[in-house]
Amino acid sequence: MTEFKYLIQDPIGIHARPAGLLAKLAKSFEGTTVYLTKGESTVKASQLMKLMGLGVKAGDEVTIGCEGGDEAAAAEALEKFFKENL
Amino acid sequence: MILIQGKGVSRGVVKGPLYFYKKPDTTVVKIEGADLEAEKSRLEEAKKKSIEQLEVLAEKAREEAGDESAILFETHAMFVEDDDFVECINDCLEGENCNAEYAVKEAGEQFAAMFAAMDDAYMQARAADIRDVSQRILNNLMGVVDGGIDSDVPVVLAADDLAPSETLQLDKSKISGFVLREGSSNGHTAILARTMGIPAICGAGADLVEAYQGRECYVDGETGQVILDPDELTLQALREKYEKQQEMKKLMETMRGQEDVTLDGRKIKLYCNIGSPDDVAAVKSNDGQGIGLFRSEFLYLKSDDYPTEDEQFEAYKAVAAAMEGKRVIIRTLDIGADKQVPYFNLQKEENPALGVRAIRICLNRPEVFRTQLRALYRASAYGKVAIMFPMITSVWEVRECKRACAAVMKELKEEGIPFNPDTEIGIMIETPASVFMASNLAKEVDFFSVGTNDLTQYTLACDRQANDLGKFFDPHHPAVLRALKMAADAAHENGIWIGICGELGADVSLLPTFLAIGIDELSVSPSSVLPLRAEIRKSIAQLCNLEKLEW
Repeated sequence: MTEFKYLIQDPIGIHARPAGLLAKLAKSFEGTTVYLTKGESTVKASQLMKLMGLGVKAGDEVTIGCEGGDEAAAAEALEKFFKENL
Repeated sequence: MILIQGKGVSRGVVKGPLYFYKKPDTTVVKIEGADLEAEKSRLEEAKKKSIEQLEVLAEKAREEAGDESAILFETHAMFVEDDDFVECINDCLEGENCNAEYAVKEAGEQFAAMFAAMDDAYMQARAADIRDVSQRILNNLMGVVDGGIDSDVPVVLAADDLAPSETLQLDKSKISGFVLREGSSNGHTAILARTMGIPAICGAGADLVEAYQGRECYVDGETGQVILDPDELTLQALREKYEKQQEMKKLMETMRGQEDVTLDGRKIKLYCNIGSPDDVAAVKSNDGQGIGLFRSEFLYLKSDDYPTEDEQFEAYKAVAAAMEGKRVIIRTLDIGADKQVPYFNLQKEENPALGVRAIRICLNRPEVFRTQLRALYRASAYGKVAIMFPMITSVWEVRECKRACAAVMKELKEEGIPFNPDTEIGIMIETPASVFMASNLAKEVDFFSVGTNDLTQYTLACDRQANDLGKFFDPHHPAVLRALKMAADAAHENGIWIGICGELGADVSLLPTFLAIGIDELSVSPSSVLPLRAEIRKSIAQLCNLEKLEW
């Protein structure tokens, strides 16, 4: 499992637009599963509704974990995504 | 030959199959003991169709408004396929051994409830997205057609009457004419038909029976006749009329690009009335020189909840930008009276035309007003936006509106959001009080625009929605025309301009009177622009007189 932490900057947090993009991106790594954790709750980043249901807001710290064959590359792409969009 | 006589409310002759509009019935009932395999394959089919529709919508949004707008539909498409949502539907389907409709409805409600319960206004609002997506899947399961018209060719749409929210949903490209059993020439369907430039008939009555569904008919929007199986003579007359109409259209084409000026050099601003951003295409194709009335109600009528600032901003910006620096006069919320919106929870009134409507709602509910004003001012950075307040009766109302505008401008400035601080402000002249107070009101604003339907209704004490007032509801009444002149004189004495944005503006028989009064602007249905331009260019303003103001 490759992990990194990220502090959300976007004022509305993980809202529909970035959630949609994130879920799409998370699904694109074949054989690798992406998890997102906020506090006690962990969801698969590909689960769009649950992801939005976490209610991640500006100032929240989230942990992104990647597990599978391509986890290093996935983590790198995701880190870039968070920096650009959230 | 079958002849149904109604009242013609939008001119033109057209032929097409009669199509009776049905309110979509999407009541979901639970059916237990369903054939699970069959239900599952129906569900798959409906999901597939939903995704296809959403992809088309996303593509259309991308072309018209860019990536940002497309993402909404793409997100909706992802909701349809969301693993948890699908699992929830399947669990319900198998657990309850029920029909697909019920399972989709249940799952949709469950997820919508999850969002509605979140302590974040943005996420709460997403509940509406989930409901929208479930509704789409349901529509596909139940065979409800997007746009309401299940036909490959344009139809003559028949109905009792159509509510504004219903006409908004209809796919206009599939409508070649309207025939209503009820309705009036000032009703919304009639106004819509004139905007679209297609023939329409109201008050066709009980003779219009559903047994005629699908039968080829002719609609003559001038005589108010619907004709099935015409005899040879009638057919010939209709053909001649149609050909004449086509010829006229060709002639009108020569008016495109010409200036709106009388033979003696009086220039008129010839603008258009529109009801939604979609109508801008008609304004452009008819060469309107601006928008004299953009009714903002569509935003409120088409949604189940107050439209957000961003939603409104996008709509206003789209129109302002599309008009490329030409004036776009946007009228603030004008609901109440005949236009009802459930979520406003307005009290039922004995006499809604005289009740809490239009600017009165805005001044009573500063938050609703503020949201709209913010959206309007933000849009003012993208074109020549002007703001117009409806149903004014007093100077204090205008001052209060202006204070609200000033407050919004201050906010935007502090937030660093661009807007045009010189955005013009105008008022509708549609109450007798505003006519009597015109010289005081003129000192407060940049322009007047006369709403002739309401001015007629209030001046003559005639309900504009009533079907049977007939000769009593007379917009040509000298009292109405004198009111126009009083307002125009007050406007000119105070150095501002005055226009007409009511239906009367397109009435060519009154053009000489308007020129004599000194009306500066006429805002009409897009389809009336070229014929009116032809009349203006034939007129000599100096020779026009005020004889119609005499009894």
